[in-house]
Amino acid sequence: FMQRGLDSHTKKQLEEEEKKIISEEHWYLDLPDLKEKESYIIEERSFMPCEDLLYGRMSFKGFNPEIEKLMIQMNSRKCKEEEIEEEEKMEADVSDEEMARRYETLVGTIGKKFVRKRDQRVLHDEDEDGNSNMRPSKKAKKKFLKPQD
Amino acid sequence: QYVPVKGDHVIGIVTAKAGDVFKLDVGGSEQASLSYLAFEGATKRNRPNVQVGDLIYGQFLVANKDMEPEMVCIDSKGRSSGMGIIGQDGFLFKVSLGLIRKLLAPKCEIIQELSQLYPFELVLGMNGRIWVKAKTVQQTLIIVNILEACEYMTAEQRKQALAKLSGH
Repeated sequence: FMQRGLDSHTKKQLEEEEKKIISEEHWYLDLPDLKEKESYIIEERSFMPCEDLLYGRMSFKGFNPEIEKLMIQMNSRKCKEEEIEEEEKMEADVSDEEMARRYETLVGTIGKKFVRKRDQRVLHDEDEDGNSNMRPSKKAKKKFLKPQD
Repeated sequence: QYVPVKGDHVIGIVTAKAGDVFKLDVGGSEQASLSYLAFEGATKRNRPNVQVGDLIYGQFLVANKDMEPEMVCIDSKGRSSGMGIIGQDGFLFKVSLGLIRKLLAPKCEIIQELSQLYPFELVLGMNGRIWVKAKTVQQTLIIVNILEACEYMTAEQRKQALAKLSGH
């Protein structure tokens, strides 16, 4: 049974020898490792970004109004930031002040909705009085009048 | 000779319609392909009305030396932004690539001076093709002649020519 082990052993030896022979046959470069330089060159095949060219479709003196709108859009992409900011400001239809005023009154009107009836009278009276004193006394609550026999 | 470049806007002439794809002549070594879905608002049922011989203004989606160039008439956001079939009438002619670059420069005097003359429409393709349309045939031809001659005229000669025209 030792023979089998020997066989595998000899097989391994043979394999190792074969590997050695093969690896010796391979050619190695004896040069030192060259560092890969990062290339700072980017290849750009189109002219457009080089010379900042305009958009190709143009119309003059109102020949084609859609294209004239396009021209303004496309060519304003160059001055990107400024234009975008201006446009955003212009788009606000309602100014900030108006919004603030609206909200003030809005809160009041919606608040009234949730006020109970008794409180409503108070509100109502306060509205009418304004600056002057409160009314001396509210009208006496109407009581049930017994029918006279 | 024009070399297709990705992102370039060019004018192409439809030469063949092969089912769902159009073949466009772009002035390069190969014809470019254009799918019917590459138009704004195109669906399988709603096909663009493109015939052989139509002019198309589009940009290159794919353009390298290993593959057939592919064009689209739609930008990355799905809008046509001026691309698509160029309308009826008008005149198409070729100029050198260098002149196109000059004309498309941010402050091009030629274009500014021409725009003072009379209303017209102009489409410049990076492949050296220009399409012009003005109200009358004569005006169109005048613009074509000026643009073609601009290559060889100096600025002074150009101004003289334009002065004569605006005098008329």
